[in-house]
Amino acid sequence: MGIAMTDLAETGPRRSINISSLLHRYGTFVILIALLIVATSMSDVFLTQRNLLNVLRQISGTSLMAVGMLFVILTRGIDLSVGSIAALGSVISAILIQHYSPGVAIGAAIIAGGLCGAVSGGLVAYLKLPPFVTTLAMMTIARGLSYIVSAGQPIVMGDPGALITSFGSGSIIGIPYPIILMVIVFALAGIVLVFTRFGRLVKAIGSNAEAVRLSGIPVAHYTMSVYVISGVLAAIAGIVSTSRTGVGSANIGVGAELDAIAAVVIGGASLMGGRGGVANTLIGVLVLGIIANMMNLARVPGYHQQVFMGCIIIGAMLLQYASTIFKR
Amino acid sequence: MTTLVELTGIRKSFGGVHALRGVDFALRAGEVHALLGENGAGKSTLMRVLGGEYVADGGTVAVGDETQNFRSPADALQRGIAVIHQEMALATDLTVAENIFLAEIPSLISWGDLNRRATGLISSLGFDIDPRSTVCDLSLAHQQVVEIAKALSRNVRIIVFDEPTAVLAVRDAERLLGIIRTLRDRGVGVIYISHRLDEVFRIADRITVMKDGASVKTVDRTEVEIGDVINMMVGRSLKALFGEDVERSPGKEVLRVEDLSDGSRVKGVSLSVKAGEIVGLGGLVGAGRTELVRLIFGAEKAKSGRILINGKELKPRSPRDGVRAGIGLVPENRKEQGVVLDFPIRTNATMTKLNPLVNVFGFIKRAKERATVDTLAARLRIKAGDLGDPVSSLSGGNQQKVVLAKWFHADGTLLIFDEPTRGVDVGAKTEIYSLIKSLAAEGRAVLVISSEHLELFGLCDRVLVMREGHLTGSLEPQDYSEEKLLKLAMISTSAPLQQEPAH
Repeated sequence: MGIAMTDLAETGPRRSINISSLLHRYGTFVILIALLIVATSMSDVFLTQRNLLNVLRQISGTSLMAVGMLFVILTRGIDLSVGSIAALGSVISAILIQHYSPGVAIGAAIIAGGLCGAVSGGLVAYLKLPPFVTTLAMMTIARGLSYIVSAGQPIVMGDPGALITSFGSGSIIGIPYPIILMVIVFALAGIVLVFTRFGRLVKAIGSNAEAVRLSGIPVAHYTMSVYVISGVLAAIAGIVSTSRTGVGSANIGVGAELDAIAAVVIGGASLMGGRGGVANTLIGVLVLGIIANMMNLARVPGYHQQVFMGCIIIGAMLLQYASTIFKR
Repeated sequence: MTTLVELTGIRKSFGGVHALRGVDFALRAGEVHALLGENGAGKSTLMRVLGGEYVADGGTVAVGDETQNFRSPADALQRGIAVIHQEMALATDLTVAENIFLAEIPSLISWGDLNRRATGLISSLGFDIDPRSTVCDLSLAHQQVVEIAKALSRNVRIIVFDEPTAVLAVRDAERLLGIIRTLRDRGVGVIYISHRLDEVFRIADRITVMKDGASVKTVDRTEVEIGDVINMMVGRSLKALFGEDVERSPGKEVLRVEDLSDGSRVKGVSLSVKAGEIVGLGGLVGAGRTELVRLIFGAEKAKSGRILINGKELKPRSPRDGVRAGIGLVPENRKEQGVVLDFPIRTNATMTKLNPLVNVFGFIKRAKERATVDTLAARLRIKAGDLGDPVSSLSGGNQQKVVLAKWFHADGTLLIFDEPTRGVDVGAKTEIYSLIKSLAAEGRAVLVISSEHLELFGLCDRVLVMREGHLTGSLEPQDYSEEKLLKLAMISTSAPLQQEPAH
């Protein structure tokens, strides 16, 4: 397919596949491979099973938020509240498990997350408030609520939380449960996005909401529901975090929304909506996780790590948009 | 007379679409040169090349004796060429004086001087506008004056007017023609694009007709009559353009609108459309036609009045309600409202009715969708490499057919077309006309908005005319004439028609 196809004057512009468009499409994948090679050559520890599982476990929380974020970004929105909602999910589940069954505790945390998403989603979809500001407000509301609920104290789950902590520490055939959950969520999201009406319309809304609305589609319902999905996944991410530490805390997930957004964008999704996929988002999450891991292995001090991380994100974006830059 | 600018062999393509295929055009000092042609003939593209917005693929632009190579509108302005578009390029939050001198505002502004110069320019055009007023507070006509003053402030010798009167009321249009005569007498060369042929015949010195991206002929106005020009523009007989007439007989009433208002742009409109009937909606741009059909479809909410579909009252709160009641709307702006450009043709075509193509879990039945769209594409003769390609890869005509396919798929009883052939080449136009006729022949009610009078007369069983939100009259085929239509569209009558639904 390297050659320009025949001139289809009647049907449209001639199409050709060249290096820049390949880069654009598979750029994320190229970055991942490059990183893997660099990381392997830099450290003997990197490619050990123990270290790799460690990387995956560390990204499991962010990755759930990134999936929710992907849905929101596909509709041309943004959700800044996911980190705070994760904290809310964490403290609610840790407190309720002291008195109620694990099902109630987890269910309540998830519902709380969904409600937060429904509020910001409703405001964005029906009252047409800008997503950035609306979810910024929800970010402080959810964070404040988590402090109120937990009275500002870390909540040690102790024995009643055994089931939750066993999820965090347990594994099947050597694969920790949080990683399995992550894989399931990505698979489901991928199926929804590619094969269902919901996924198709979410992407279409991000690409041209007015044309979709004028086709008789209830655009606002769909727009609201992506924020609900994002809230639910954020709450689950909070529970996963609690399950790993055994402590419910209102302090978790600070800045996590930025990691989630970075992962989605490194995965090639457009902040202008309509373009992006689940597999690429997973790669985006992996890229961030591996970079952090590499720097830990190389014993880069924490403050320096932040600077490096920022530079590497910019580098990834430049590679990603190489095609558009070359065109200019 | 000296030649101000000469365009020779200008070529320009977009993707695979040849917008200009070697156009020659020359403008003399002190003449009004009308540029005529159907939508999509290439007039605006040619003017964008002249104005430096597009770089031509081939051919030369010569100003005076020098060949120019414009890279931007600023280059063209430098050489004394200004293009005044129908959508005006004013910063609406700034004042009149700021707009006029936008490009040359010094870092330290002397307001008194600036305002004085602005007043001078405006009064030389015979108008009196306060240079300190904000542009968005001005009427469209006055905004246009500001736009012209802006051009004059830069000592331009060539001004292009792209459909300047389309948005103006009749009195303002007259004053604009007056300004153009003044400019001509000062030795400025004016290129004038308009769809109003009678206007063109009053003001133009020479006329160039374009068709399908090429210039057909340049003539002196005195040599030709309106009929000759129409023949040159269309390039085929009207009968061939509008296709075979299918036998149709109006059935029962499908749409009835009673005293519909939205509180601003639509004022107490009543009308009715029967099954198997094609009814046109004529009037000027901004007369409220688009707003009216958007109310019927549910894209906007009505303030008062009733809408009845097949005798049942409809109170649409969203397009969803309209679609459910069996209404389809082909909107005026295809790229922004009609299709999701980046999405496959197939996905766009089925968007209006996904239910039969989706199982209980919301999964799309791909094989069924494929078959459905294959049938649609064959019926509408959509020319595409693959129906999985994005709509953006299609030509304008085929993109429009995808929008039509959406509503063929939805299978409603009332279809509304808002400027159905805008940006569509002549071949696709004919096809779209016969598709619209076949929809009516199948017993659907059809409402067509068009700013091309020929299109309304060739396609419609009767034409309703709107002016400033009111329905001002109805023309039967025996009354079809541009003059009668424009009279209803532009001249204020004391009592607008509206008590009775215009049958």
